[in-house]
Amino acid sequence: MTLVTARPVAPARVRSRRRRLRPRRPIRFGFLVGPALLLAFWAGGSASGLLDPRFLSPPWTVVTTAGELVASGRLQEHLLASVQRVGLGLAIGVPLGTLLALVSGLSRWGEAVIDGPIQIKRAIPALAMMPLLILWLGIGEVMKVTVITLGVLVPIYIHTHNGLRGIDSRYVELAETVDLRRGTFVRKVILPGAQPGFLLGMRFAVMTAWLYLVVAELINSTTGIGYMMDLARTYGQTDVILVGIVLYGLLGLFSDAAVRLVERRALSWRRTLAG
Amino acid sequence: MATDVGRLTRVQGLTRRYGERLILDHLDLEIAPGEFVALLGRSGSGKSTLLRALAGLDDDVAGDGLVEVPAQVSVVFQDARLLPWQRVLDNVVLGLDGGERRGRESLAEVGLGGRERAWPSELSGGEQQRVALARSLVREPRLLLADEPFGALDALTRIKMHGLLRRLVERHRPAVLLVTHDVDEAIALADRVLVLDSGRIAAERRLGPGSTDIRTDLLLALGVTGEGA
Ligand SMILES: Nc1ncnc2c1ncn2[C@@H]1O[C@H](COP(=O)(O)OP(=O)(O)OP(=O)(O)O)[C@@H](O)[C@H]1O
Ligand SMILES: [Mg+2]
Repeated sequence: MTLVTARPVAPARVRSRRRRLRPRRPIRFGFLVGPALLLAFWAGGSASGLLDPRFLSPPWTVVTTAGELVASGRLQEHLLASVQRVGLGLAIGVPLGTLLALVSGLSRWGEAVIDGPIQIKRAIPALAMMPLLILWLGIGEVMKVTVITLGVLVPIYIHTHNGLRGIDSRYVELAETVDLRRGTFVRKVILPGAQPGFLLGMRFAVMTAWLYLVVAELINSTTGIGYMMDLARTYGQTDVILVGIVLYGLLGLFSDAAVRLVERRALSWRRTLAG
Repeated sequence: MATDVGRLTRVQGLTRRYGERLILDHLDLEIAPGEFVALLGRSGSGKSTLLRALAGLDDDVAGDGLVEVPAQVSVVFQDARLLPWQRVLDNVVLGLDGGERRGRESLAEVGLGGRERAWPSELSGGEQQRVALARSLVREPRLLLADEPFGALDALTRIKMHGLLRRLVERHRPAVLLVTHDVDEAIALADRVLVLDSGRIAAERRLGPGSTDIRTDLLLALGVTGEGA
């Protein structure tokens, strides 16, 4: 038998030779770095006169215009209208998309019936659907929320379905050996197994919701950020248009960050590259 | 025996084929209540196929024959097969209504008391396999099917697991069918050792005091001779 004794090493000289392939620890508010750089370029371009203020107002003008819009109460009013539409569209579209993904993922007949139409819907651009939706539902809130709901439904369905189909069949086998009832099986195996897919779908869905909101609001609207921007276009107010664009951008960015936060919390069982 | 109804494990004329290949060929097997049987066999000899038939996991495989198993059967797989998104205790009591207390006891039994709230990914391979053991034993099975449950563990952990399994089986008294390719493991644990070959039980040895040459015997039945033994 050989005895292996640990040779003492001076701590200062201990150095890991291992190449580190994983990214380092996450940066706090790292998601703001890219947008901040973008803002810096914009400000620099405006200050140096590279960007013509008639086509692209400088950031400070946008800020003052935003301040004026807030003071007059118009911005809040439009923002509220927009947020309500997005919220409603998500509130209907997300559960609906999840339900469809579950039915289609768990039953062959469900898949046969559901999957095709969703793929077709996916192939049709939102703008192409608008004339028909306006004919059917008018130009009111119902139409706008419907547009968003339909848009949200697709990524939720696609990613949840994909996540669900990707669940390791060994877990299904395990569920069979411990005699899980169908309801428990869905709760303990299917839903958590599909959750990473669902949350990815959620990120797409939130973005999609804001995109479809613009489409819905630029056409025949009397409230909302899109309407505010369209009105500004007729008066040639670039700064107001920019306020709208920045606002859309910020809303998208923060809703994505919110979903990612939920994702990190919900998937704490995972040990992955992202850490 | 009337008392054995629903407790006996019996296989008669079991045939299983994949395509044209006959894997199990009119196989007969009986396991008494509380008996510990080890199943040896070369790789690809059909050990897992037999075990899956007993576990009722082979609806999609062609074949026929009679399979009679007790009402409560538990399976331990080669991989621990814990749901990564469920904490350890939830994995143990998966599908049991209100089994929390029994789950904790079961975890304590395999030496993992206090790790109830851990995620499976936070456990070592041996610990995960112990959780899998707890999960199968908390259901008080009358038949425990184990397909190379220690195959992925290192030699030292394996020996510890043998001791643990022996103690647990003594306490809970299920019949056990343990698939392994390790002759020494079979001898260390089982009352009876079977060798599967060409789709049938080709050799059978009952272990007891004075069964010294069994190791060579079994290795011979597995086609290993001379120095290799
Ligand atoms: N799903 C399948 N489709 C086709 N052939 C299969 C399938 N599963 C197993 N087989 C074949 O059946 C034979 C027996 O497989 P089985 O898994 O029962 O072997 P085993 O004795 O458990 O081997 P090992 O010790 O390597 O686990 C093998 O030749 C294998 O190729
Ligand atoms: Mg096998």
